[in-house]
Amino acid sequence: MATEEYGAEEGGLSIHPMDQFEVKPLFGDGDVGMFTVTNVTLWMALAVLCVVLLLVVGTRGRNVVPTRAQSVAELAYGFVYKMVEDVSGKDGVKYFPYIMTLFLFILFANTLGLIPMSFTTTSHIAVTAVMAFAVFFTVTAIGFIKNGARFLELFWVSSAPLALRPILAVIELISYFVRPVSHSVRLAGAIMAGHAVMKVFAGFAAIAAVAPLAIGGMVAIYGLELLVAFIQAYVFTILTCVYLKDALHPHH
Amino acid sequence: MATDTAGAEYGAEQAAGMPQLEFSTYPNQIFWLVVALVAIYYILSRVALPRIGAVLAERQGTITNDIAAAEELKLRAAEAEKAYEKALADARAEAGRIVAENRAEMQEQLNEAIAKADAEIAARTAESEARIDEIRAGAMESVEEVAKDTAQAIVAVMGGSADEAAVDAAVESRLKGTAA
Repeated sequence: MATEEYGAEEGGLSIHPMDQFEVKPLFGDGDVGMFTVTNVTLWMALAVLCVVLLLVVGTRGRNVVPTRAQSVAELAYGFVYKMVEDVSGKDGVKYFPYIMTLFLFILFANTLGLIPMSFTTTSHIAVTAVMAFAVFFTVTAIGFIKNGARFLELFWVSSAPLALRPILAVIELISYFVRPVSHSVRLAGAIMAGHAVMKVFAGFAAIAAVAPLAIGGMVAIYGLELLVAFIQAYVFTILTCVYLKDALHPHH
Repeated sequence: MATDTAGAEYGAEQAAGMPQLEFSTYPNQIFWLVVALVAIYYILSRVALPRIGAVLAERQGTITNDIAAAEELKLRAAEAEKAYEKALADARAEAGRIVAENRAEMQEQLNEAIAKADAEIAARTAESEARIDEIRAGAMESVEEVAKDTAQAIVAVMGGSADEAAVDAAVESRLKGTAA
């Protein structure tokens, strides 16, 4: 009993929930340079591979009556296509491949990250911020190109009383520039927190007294994380569509 | 055990921060992210999305065509039914016409036969009447002769020598009187 408790103590002490997020070279132990092949490379490559397997290999039959893989691919296509069309409007359909790329990358990165011992690329703010800022700059550029100076009407709430408009404009402007931050932190934060919590529960599973609770909790959180993996991909995508809609139709 | 201690050492080193804030790994992550996204974008825009779009359009087309074909077949079935009904009505009308025609013909034949029979009957009646008249006339003549002979015989028996012509005239006038 005493030794067990000691072991448990040690197990409790050796919880390192953040270790799983370390970026490490895949071969050797050197520094992480820009072109070093790291675990990031591996898991992003696997995400690309999954996209290829589902959307290219799965649909190679081009069947009118789809196979299982093809109907999943068609479901993903229809899901994102409808989202873009409904949220951004008909003229947003032009940007469908970009949005589909983001959706599939985030979805597969999130779900691949749920494989035990894996590395979750979307848990890094560097990754999500690049995507969020890419969306932000692209959407802002589209707004100015499509509408010219009228794009600034987005910040000028013409339905509000005149006296309030300058104040609202400041608020709108701030909220506009906060968008990429919230857009990226939401995804990275949700994924990181979920994985850290799972790691903590896993650490507690080493203590015999709370092991059943810890394992039960892990199973439950794993289920929740599966949901989060999909929902965060969906949220990131739909927000991209909303920002695109603002750029295409900046009138309130 | 070795990795454990290494991890612990690393953990101690990184106690304050998260791997997410290790800025030295940012270029690496960003580089590979861009590579991955570009790869996915090319795969999607060159192969996957056009293919799936084509499949969906083809399916939609097939469904639309099938519905159109079904609609056409339904129309043709309705047309065939109409034609059948028309043929049936025509046949009925034709049958009615033939029946009426036959009836008229039969009526005509019947009328003709009746008329013929009537004419024959009339002819026979006339003939019979003529014969009856003849017979009657013959009978009247005989009666006259018998009456004249009888009258002459009676006159002779009475003893008078009666003039034959006078007797005849008397009988004739008498007969005429009775006839009248």
